[in-house]
Amino acid sequence: MSEPAEKPPGTAWSGLTEQALFVLVAILVPVCLHAIFRAVPTEEKMGVVQRIFYFHVPSALAGFLGVGLCALFSALYLWRRDRRLDLLAHASAELGVMFLTIVLLTGPIWARPVWGVWWTGEARLTSTLVLWLLYAGYLILRQSTENPEQGARFCAVIGLVGALDVPIIYYSVEWWRGLHPKVLKVSGGQGLDAEMAKALTLCSTTFILLFLLLLLQRVRLGRLQDEVESLTLVANRRAPYTEPA
Amino acid sequence: MTYLRAVLLVAEKDLKVELRSREQVVTLLFFALLVLVVFNFAFDFTVIDFVTLGPGVLWVAFIFSGVLAISRSFQIEREQDRIQGILLAPIDRSAFYLGKVAATVLFMAAVETILVPVAVVMFNFRFNGQTALVVLAFILNTIGFAAVGTLFAAMTTSTRRAELLLPLLLFPAAVPVALAAVKTTTHLLAGHPFAAYSHWVLMSAAYDVIFLAAAVLLFDEALEE
Repeated sequence: MSEPAEKPPGTAWSGLTEQALFVLVAILVPVCLHAIFRAVPTEEKMGVVQRIFYFHVPSALAGFLGVGLCALFSALYLWRRDRRLDLLAHASAELGVMFLTIVLLTGPIWARPVWGVWWTGEARLTSTLVLWLLYAGYLILRQSTENPEQGARFCAVIGLVGALDVPIIYYSVEWWRGLHPKVLKVSGGQGLDAEMAKALTLCSTTFILLFLLLLLQRVRLGRLQDEVESLTLVANRRAPYTEPA
Repeated sequence: MTYLRAVLLVAEKDLKVELRSREQVVTLLFFALLVLVVFNFAFDFTVIDFVTLGPGVLWVAFIFSGVLAISRSFQIEREQDRIQGILLAPIDRSAFYLGKVAATVLFMAAVETILVPVAVVMFNFRFNGQTALVVLAFILNTIGFAAVGTLFAAMTTSTRRAELLLPLLLFPAAVPVALAAVKTTTHLLAGHPFAAYSHWVLMSAAYDVIFLAAAVLLFDEALEE
């Protein structure tokens, strides 16, 4: 049979980056776990449950990074019409939704013992939920389009409109709960113990690296899917053909 | 043909179709009325003060019927491939978009104009603000909803699961409009001074400008080729 299609340019480089990222993440995750469960002091008022913070905040960072990158790659796709940019936008949206899911799950687990409720109408919570719904819709739209080119264009529109909407959603939700007590606001970075700040930086870096690793892998998977699809197309075209006598 | 003329022609076309068939607004009206009746059974408004829940009830009715209006607006273009004619017409595609938004706003406004007096009778409340402000608040929020909805509907009609996808995408994106509409209406019912809710009216206006502009730029991408 014929040789497999020639490797797209840049594959060797991204393969190497992917391996390096994998090694880094594999080393950093146990270090993070050690920092979270052994090195960091227990928070005075909240107790042990506060340690979920070291997964919650980095997930939020990675989630917002996903949404932001999705908008960026969507805009670039509409400009350059490069399939790779569309794969990047799609992968960013998927990872954004995944990390936001972690945020929305870990948040209530922390809130229940500390605030006494699973959920409140606070601006950050509600706008994260709305954002999650918006980008979950993005993923559903992608599955429902007739062809990949259409999916890429439509989703680029949603990605851009969604990004424009984020600040408006945030302010509208904050005004909506204008009289809500500010006590419930998550403490800012200033009050953080030095050891805690160090652990948070470490975990955030790890999550961002994990995000990049998953992004590269997801894009590679997307390319392989494209390749399988085009090979199937070629195979189907050839199958019913018989040599004329 | 000037740009504005093209916008008006598209809107006029939709209005003509509606005036001849008279099915859209009547159906939408009955649907919205039904939503109000359902809420009338769900909440006992003899016990609950209408100002606390009423604005939400009204806007749920308007938003639900609005989604139907928007999705119908593109379905009729898909029937007998009318959309091909529009795409071949020598007009800017964003003019087609703005015409569609204008027609949808008119349909939604018609439903709102008839339904608000009905609700006043049904729930026994009254607006304590100036009529001009009430109209302004309703129009601004209706435009914002129709602006994003029309952009999304252009995309979702050409997908599978069209009827389901439009609300799925539109409701989260329209959260600011829904909040602004409900809050403004609450203030108008309570008779608060304009300063108490001017930021909401400003936000609705900003939302309209941002998304109308974004949609005019992006509408080309939202059409099937």
